[in-house]
Amino acid sequence: MSKKSFRQAINEALRQEMRRDPTVILMGEDVAGGRGGSAGTADAWGGVLGVTKGLYEEFGETRVLDTPITEASYIGAAAGAAVTGLRPVAELMFVDFVGCCLDQIMNQAAKFRYMFGGKARTPLVIRAMYGAGFNAAAQHSQALYPLFTHIPGLKVVIPSSPYEAKGLLISAIRDDDPVIFLENKVMYDVEEEVPDEPYAIPFGEANLTREGDDVTIVAFGRMVGMANEAADRLAKKGIGCTVIDPRTTSPLDGETILECVADTGRLVIVDESSPRCNMATDIAALVAEEAFDTLRAPIRRVVPPHTPVPFATVLETLYMPSVEKIEAAVTATMNHRVTEKV
Amino acid sequence: MTPDITPITMPKFGLAMTEGKIAGWLVEPGTQVTTGEELVDIETSKITNTFESPVAGLLRRHVAANGEMLPVGALIGIVADAAVSDADIDAFVTRFQADFAAASDAPEGAEAADEPVMMQVGDYSLRVHDRGVGDGTPLVLIHGFGGDLKNWMLNHATLAHGRRVIAFDLPGHGGSSKDVGPGTLAFFADVTAQLLAHLDLARVHVMGHSLGGGIALTLARTQPARVASLTLIAPAGLGPQINMDFINGFIEADRVRGVQDVLKYLVHDKSLIGRRMADDVLRYKRLDGAEAALRKVAQACFPDGKQGDDLRPVLAEADMPVTLIWGQADEILPVAQAEGLPGTVTRHILPAIGHMPQLESAPAVNEVVEAFIRHEVATA
Repeated sequence: MSKKSFRQAINEALRQEMRRDPTVILMGEDVAGGRGGSAGTADAWGGVLGVTKGLYEEFGETRVLDTPITEASYIGAAAGAAVTGLRPVAELMFVDFVGCCLDQIMNQAAKFRYMFGGKARTPLVIRAMYGAGFNAAAQHSQALYPLFTHIPGLKVVIPSSPYEAKGLLISAIRDDDPVIFLENKVMYDVEEEVPDEPYAIPFGEANLTREGDDVTIVAFGRMVGMANEAADRLAKKGIGCTVIDPRTTSPLDGETILECVADTGRLVIVDESSPRCNMATDIAALVAEEAFDTLRAPIRRVVPPHTPVPFATVLETLYMPSVEKIEAAVTATMNHRVTEKV
Repeated sequence: MTPDITPITMPKFGLAMTEGKIAGWLVEPGTQVTTGEELVDIETSKITNTFESPVAGLLRRHVAANGEMLPVGALIGIVADAAVSDADIDAFVTRFQADFAAASDAPEGAEAADEPVMMQVGDYSLRVHDRGVGDGTPLVLIHGFGGDLKNWMLNHATLAHGRRVIAFDLPGHGGSSKDVGPGTLAFFADVTAQLLAHLDLARVHVMGHSLGGGIALTLARTQPARVASLTLIAPAGLGPQINMDFINGFIEADRVRGVQDVLKYLVHDKSLIGRRMADDVLRYKRLDGAEAALRKVAQACFPDGKQGDDLRPVLAEADMPVTLIWGQADEILPVAQAEGLPGTVTRHILPAIGHMPQLESAPAVNEVVEAFIRHEVATA
């Protein structure tokens, strides 16, 4: 056990699964990266942010495949490889590029099991970076997990820390269904203790990162850390927050959310994806339908405005959920007073 | 920081950048620069980028020369008012460099941490936590089924006065390698003996809890010369009965709720079992090989739902002092198994305490153990 970054945790999960299972392969733009060419470069930098560094050297060109810049072809090839016996981990680089290969994901990989009488397995993982806060402008900053969550047949994973990333990626690779694995690009240097051994964290079980009696906060990915910080600050003011990290948006652990809301009576949802039809609206609907009587205040959402992610740093900061915004939402829900109708 | 001196440091272009090379200064010392003015070209593993001055002022120094490779955050130049003396700048640079070096060394710093370490003992990689110093006969702590060295968290430091106290994770458990051989008490006793040899400990006090108590008894049988005394907390081996709902439930549970329910068997005061404790157990149980190891141990030690080893004869023949601690409300191994033992065994039955007295009643257990070991030393 030692401290590892989010980047190292993902790299280690890939390496250990590739050692364990020879059918695991990597595909994507620059997953090896930088080798060959007219200069005959032997080194490979392992992806634009170095996440797959060292894997080409260990596993070679038959298992770490640099692909042309055509998402439709290699995501399609990965889906085909998955139904015919391999376990491909395809990297989309920025999730914003999914538009180029949505048919391969939505109408092919996600549907194989259902179109082939339940006889097809599609053990495909698609890794991609998501999220704003990197000053990467509107085309490289989106948090598109609601898009995938909307599609039955896909599993959608959003790790919130290095420990979570390693265990959830190992589960994703071992899973027999297509899994979309989304990495917040601002988190790659975040470090924590991560076991050296392989381990698998099951899908569909939420993790409680804080426990408190007053307000339930549901947060995803990078937002979990912000929610924890807000909860710690609020605890000093005497407000106890339970923070739920659902880990996966599909399947979603609605049971844990409902139980916690039943205990606290107040709900704040922190979601950095665009606010219409996102996880916050989804969970708000679930709680409104299933737990209306337990609510003591309106559900609050901490979400960005419905606009493309701004490039200007000040506007991007304004756009993003923040610890302060979460604190304000929790305080507002605490201050709400129910007025009896006459 | 001196307000009229501004350090210019190696920038971080993008997340992957950890170091950069001064590809070429674009501004010479003695030049007045404006905010955003091109200052220096920085080369990273991926790109060369022009770094723009973050401040306006007089560039006084190039601290880093062209071609120098430096980590992100290292000092590369100084912007300061003309009124600031060279001596002040020298002092600033020295202080900055010292602080920066200290900050970058800190994570690697070789402070002799009071933390568990991994040790290769024969074929097994064991997590071992060796605490305390002194001339007293060392004490070795052996945890139970599914446990790890953290089971001793309320005892280990307290007992580590005037002697070394060594806790470790058994094979298959905690941070140790997951190969449990045949999974028998004899196997674990043998690995324990190997660890003692590895640590060059000829003779130790041994304290074992539950399955670890059975291991301690087995060690006392196979290597009596090594065992100065035995402290047994709700030990295995003194009767056939065992709560298999706990054993099987612990093996099967893979979700927080299930684990929490099973852990409640361990204590009398159920409120002690929080979500955190279950999370901790799950972190272990999720490791590849952990569940298979537990199954193997359960099959080897509790075949047909009963304890397979009868270690009462060991107590009858033991030459070393033995003390026994048992919770009256134990739901895993019934306290009745503490009956009918030789009169030489001192017994401490703790009312309203479950299967883990060392956690649930730590001060009482620590007091008993300290007095017992001290007495043993005095009479030895």
